[in-house]
Amino acid sequence: MKIAIASGKGGTGKTTVSLNLALSLSDVQLDVQLDVQLFDCDVEEPNCNLFLGFDLEKVEDVVCPVPVIDQEKCNICRQCSDFCRYNALAALPTRVLFFPSLCHGCGGCAVLCPEKAIQETHRSLGVIEKAKGKSSPEFYRGLLNIGETMTSAVIKALKKHIDSRKTAILDAPPGTSCPVIASVDDVDYCVLVTESTLFGFHDLKLAVGVVRALKVPFGVIINRWGLGDSRVEEYCKAEGIPVLLKIPNDLRIAELYSRGIPFVREMPEWKEKFLDMFEAIKLQLAGVEEEIT
Amino acid sequence: MKQLTVISGKGGTGKTTLTAAFASLAKNAVIADCDVDTADMHLILKPEILEKEDYYGFEVARIDPELCIECRKCREFCRYGAVNENFEVDPYGCEGCAVCTIVCPNGAVSMEQRVSGQSFSSETRFGPMAHAKLGIGEEASGKLVSAVRSNAKKLAEQYHKDLIIIDGPPGTGCSTIAAITGTDLVLVVSEPTVSGIHDLKRIIELAVHFMIPTVVCINKSDINEENTQLIENFCAEQEIPVIGRLPYNDIVTKAMLQEQTLIEYTKGSECLNESEFSDQVCQIWARVENILMGVQDKQKGIKTLKMKNL
Ligand code: SF4
Ligand code: SF4
Ligand code: SF4
Ligand code: SF4
Repeated sequence: MKIAIASGKGGTGKTTVSLNLALSLSDVQLDVQLDVQLFDCDVEEPNCNLFLGFDLEKVEDVVCPVPVIDQEKCNICRQCSDFCRYNALAALPTRVLFFPSLCHGCGGCAVLCPEKAIQETHRSLGVIEKAKGKSSPEFYRGLLNIGETMTSAVIKALKKHIDSRKTAILDAPPGTSCPVIASVDDVDYCVLVTESTLFGFHDLKLAVGVVRALKVPFGVIINRWGLGDSRVEEYCKAEGIPVLLKIPNDLRIAELYSRGIPFVREMPEWKEKFLDMFEAIKLQLAGVEEEIT
Repeated sequence: MKQLTVISGKGGTGKTTLTAAFASLAKNAVIADCDVDTADMHLILKPEILEKEDYYGFEVARIDPELCIECRKCREFCRYGAVNENFEVDPYGCEGCAVCTIVCPNGAVSMEQRVSGQSFSSETRFGPMAHAKLGIGEEASGKLVSAVRSNAKKLAEQYHKDLIIIDGPPGTGCSTIAAITGTDLVLVVSEPTVSGIHDLKRIIELAVHFMIPTVVCINKSDINEENTQLIENFCAEQEIPVIGRLPYNDIVTKAMLQEQTLIEYTKGSECLNESEFSDQVCQIWARVENILMGVQDKQKGIKTLKMKNL
């Protein structure tokens, strides 16, 4: 089963939930130990491993095909530069210029060129890394090169490492744009993490719009519960959205977070709660109409 | 005209709260909410929209089933897997590259414009504001950020404002790049957590990469003194000034729930702790203004800030 952890915006505790859920599910101490994979899909700012401290190794380079123009063969007919939807090619009177950072690697220019002047090569967008050896949970992350914009391509490459026999937890990037869609697109369930504040509530509504558009079943976790007011709870109730878990606005949790410690490690009683949540998700997916609290 | 961009490595650091406070302190500024993906500033500033413009991102392909002879060429050449077995285009998967239009032997594919969002020019109780709304799952927010910035510029000219305060997007992606390029100063809001420090380093790398003078403000500095010290040391090493430290204070949430900036909120507050907090915000703003004055010309500004790697 694939579960994505998402939120309308950053800083709501997405990474905290992903980590603590993955750790709870893969804990050998408990009788329900599962094969769990954790994927850090926030490839612009992957933070999960700051809390896990795994030794990482590179498993692959993420590359994007890019054109190379043979200036000998090119007769500057401009067909390629006229076609390129991303302005990655510009025809000057004497040659065609290429701007790699704008190219999406669609391959159209190579198909079009009447002189067969365009060959393709690869440009690096980022890397996929995994925890060395046997880790629990199994951990993968993508890392986008600085100044690079092809975020979704790295996420898609990362998701190729999902093993369908295992439970995969995906820590999605913040927002509601393309990279979020790339992360949440084909998962079985989406957990939306929010806070009951003015901003949190507004962003939750946007995130609900995303998962509804993608037709992914979902539920909500209210983080820093007790801070703010009850607007999120009222909204969920009115919309029939299950509230899966409430994580209190607890100084101890915040302090552990600041030191880079997932709180289930120091507060093991929370493992049960995450496991219960996992069961509740399974029930919801099985279509059981039960009040989940 | 000067431009200041407030950014943070990640969301949730208090960036928007701080920018909104600046908006209520600045005397002659235009506000630009460039966090177009999760625009929140309007919740506090409640802009009255004066002008609205549709924003077109990339196009999307459409296959005419009448003309399609199911030759599979489009599926074969589409590198994003956006054409399904029934020869329909998935609008979320399509990158609008138009390759399918050139390989289709029967002219069955056309490219259609799609409205990917809106940009707005507005009026708020603190002056003009440029902002936007991005449609769900839309890309190219960098382009939309540029549209917001150009609207902000127009507003500044129209209303004779000499400063643009930009609330930037989180992260280091294309919209962040679009929000900082060509600005006079970047203020990074950071928090003293392990991940906060990590994000700060990445964002500073980005600002240095684009050679923009940078200063740092540490929010919730008292939640972890040790990490606050680490941030200060790192900034000292990089010769990046730390222009303020703000303690954790739930006034931030309280003001937000009242839909006020924290400056407005504390005006009526008797609480010493709260007014002290907003005094500190005022001081940070004064420093930012000073530095912005100093960057009269880029060269001098850079010298003032003693940026490394420049
Ligand atoms: S299409 Fe080919 S020949 Fe024409 S300008 Fe491009 S590279 Fe040159
Ligand atoms: S591969 Fe596509 S995006 Fe890249 S230059 Fe060619 S036409 Fe443009
Ligand atoms: S426009 Fe490009 S991405 Fe969209 S369906 Fe056609 S080939 Fe695929
Ligand atoms: S290339 Fe054109 S004709 Fe062939 S399957 Fe695609 S849409 Fe149909």
